[in-house]
Amino acid sequence: MTDIAIRCEGIAKQYRIGERERYRALRDVITDMVTAPFRRVRSASQDSSHVNGNNKETRFWALKDVSFEIKRGEVAGIIGRNGVGKSTLLKILSRITEPTRGSADLWGRVGSLLEVGTGFHPELTGRDNIFLNGAILGMRKTEIARKFDEIVAFAEVEKFIDTPVKRYSSGMYMRLAFAVAAHLELEILLVDEVLAVGDASFQKKCLNKMQSLSEHGRTVLLVSHNMSSVTRLCERTILLDDGSVACDGRSQEVVSVYLQSGVGASAQRQWDNIEKAPGNDVVRLRAVRVRTETGEVTDTIDIRRPIGIEMEFDVLKPGCLLVPNLHFVNEEGVYLFAASDHDPKWHRRPRPRGRFVSTAWIPGNFLSEGTLTVGAAVSTMDPVVVHFFERDAIAFHVVDSLDGDSARGDYAGPFPGVVRPLLKWTTEYGLGIAASPLAGVEDGNR
Amino acid sequence: MAEIDVAQFLACVCCRFDSNIQPYLPRALENSYISEMTFTEATPSRATPAPSVGQSALPHTRIEPSKGWISLGLRELWQYRELLFFLAWRDIKVRYKQTALGAAWAVIQPLFTMLVFTLFFGRLAKVPSDGIPYPLFSYTALLPWQLFAYALTESSNSVVANERLITKVYFPRLVVPLASIVAGLVDFVIAFALVIAMMIWYGVRPTLAVLTLPFFVILTMATAFGVGLWLSALNAQYRDVRYTLTFIVQLWLFASPVAYSSTLVPARWRPFYGLNPMAGVIEGFRWALLGKSQAPGTMLWVSVVVVALVLVGGLYYYRRMEKTFADVV
Repeated sequence: MTDIAIRCEGIAKQYRIGERERYRALRDVITDMVTAPFRRVRSASQDSSHVNGNNKETRFWALKDVSFEIKRGEVAGIIGRNGVGKSTLLKILSRITEPTRGSADLWGRVGSLLEVGTGFHPELTGRDNIFLNGAILGMRKTEIARKFDEIVAFAEVEKFIDTPVKRYSSGMYMRLAFAVAAHLELEILLVDEVLAVGDASFQKKCLNKMQSLSEHGRTVLLVSHNMSSVTRLCERTILLDDGSVACDGRSQEVVSVYLQSGVGASAQRQWDNIEKAPGNDVVRLRAVRVRTETGEVTDTIDIRRPIGIEMEFDVLKPGCLLVPNLHFVNEEGVYLFAASDHDPKWHRRPRPRGRFVSTAWIPGNFLSEGTLTVGAAVSTMDPVVVHFFERDAIAFHVVDSLDGDSARGDYAGPFPGVVRPLLKWTTEYGLGIAASPLAGVEDGNR
Repeated sequence: MAEIDVAQFLACVCCRFDSNIQPYLPRALENSYISEMTFTEATPSRATPAPSVGQSALPHTRIEPSKGWISLGLRELWQYRELLFFLAWRDIKVRYKQTALGAAWAVIQPLFTMLVFTLFFGRLAKVPSDGIPYPLFSYTALLPWQLFAYALTESSNSVVANERLITKVYFPRLVVPLASIVAGLVDFVIAFALVIAMMIWYGVRPTLAVLTLPFFVILTMATAFGVGLWLSALNAQYRDVRYTLTFIVQLWLFASPVAYSSTLVPARWRPFYGLNPMAGVIEGFRWALLGKSQAPGTMLWVSVVVVALVLVGGLYYYRRMEKTFADVV
């Protein structure tokens, strides 16, 4: 009990559909008021029979039943598909919005960082904005004054501290905004996706800072789409699905459960109805598949084996120069590469009407482990016309069975890089400095 | 080039060993690639959570759906007084940014309104001004009126204008309209300098009644705050408020004794005239400053009661509505 920082019990949040997009005009309320007496009579009769169709349509549950506990000093991640209620949960915990049902207890001062630079005013100087933003995030003026130099140094904006932030580059702006938040002296920090902004070196700095926060006994709850930062920062991760906790445990395991669930795409997509298939009156996409070299359709490929991405499309208008092309993106959203059809049989040759199946082969020992999504397109190059481009058409996982003959060798831990080629290594031995003392030291270490 | 890449690679994987950078991925590193292969000697210093405060000292927050009547949360509002100050300060600082005349605008607006009123109501229509020179008569009324009009407009739009804040950070929502009321005071103070100059010019000496002036200033702000609370909460949901607001302010100006004296209203109707709180406020303000016209009697007290009702009602209405602000604004 004493070492718990956050406890959620059966949190649920209901939204009225359209509530967030559209505001009501007074006119609607007046009509509501006029019709209310009649409606009440009607709904009374409906309630008795438990038919409440009208309500059902206009309301939905963003969160249905979320319960978990976070210990003090724990850094926990929350992951899940888009729209699964991650941000809503964070908003409830930071008291921005109320839950419809359930309760949560938090022990400690809570800071929420749902956006970088909340309350920054473009006309104000960096100095002014530090104080303003600090006050908004719940810092005392004296506290901000004490940390002022530290914040400015962290943001690396010393020279521009008296310049209005509207003249800042977006990088400087982000750095300053994060710097203020990073210096919050609060026990609980709720963070939403803020790591997704800024350049790589700044992101690294943020991650470092977050890491050091947790080492000072801060509790951090981090919502993220970036699986690698979740596994890096958080020991524990909670997977939300369908408005409740689907999985809760060690980050690596939860992330892999999430990825196995397919990120909403699978190894095969087919469009049976040509009318609804992506494309136009020149060409339409009919199917995209991932195949192994033996021809099976699969979503899990051994890192050592070649991967065939097969695209099936119908040419409806004969005589066009068509170039199928594929686009590969990893789970962090990094665009890995594009591949465009080079088959000499159809290169610069108008295609007749009919069905085509084009397959691109990615060699084994080339991609690194992880989930890749593939976008499929057919274009004409001169002039450039994109007939269709189906993003996230399919997804597949590259796995390493750790047999020791892949590029990672006998090492089983985290392995960086977006590609993992198995390179040819050569070794020469016994040349020149064989008698140097250094060789002896190395031998001693072994 | 190659050197930089290597440096980046190392920085990326093993910041632990870079003295300038905090541990980057200590947990992952304990069994990671580099640390195992190259730096096995380095014993990972697993950071133990070092609680800075005892659990008993930690504030406890309970979050649950609120039901029924809620408290006004004035104590919490007091805790956030610095934020109130900073938001007001922001509004003040930003207001006249990139204007050539700057804070002079605070004087120009009531001054020109006064000139137009003097020309048309004072000279042409010969509106009686209780024996006070008409320019002074109308300017003393324009002072609280401008404060009121500005505070009302700003506070009514405040929730919508601070949408980003409201949907991203928690703080007592009352801070937002309150800060815009406070920000209005600055213009008032600047414009007040002119009335002193005018009083010297016309040789009008303030009486002891001038001591009641702060009360009328507070009453002006309370009126604006009370109405502003209702309108800002409504505005969050119905943007109609924004469009009706200019209209409301305009009508209200002519319904208040700014260009004319409340003595134009028959004596027996005057208490009812006080139902417009600005009637009591403006007459009271004029009396406090110039001491010439009659001390406002029943009319003022009617106004005070109306203001109190509007304010308390507004506070509760606002508190009831604020929990949905983040969802609807």
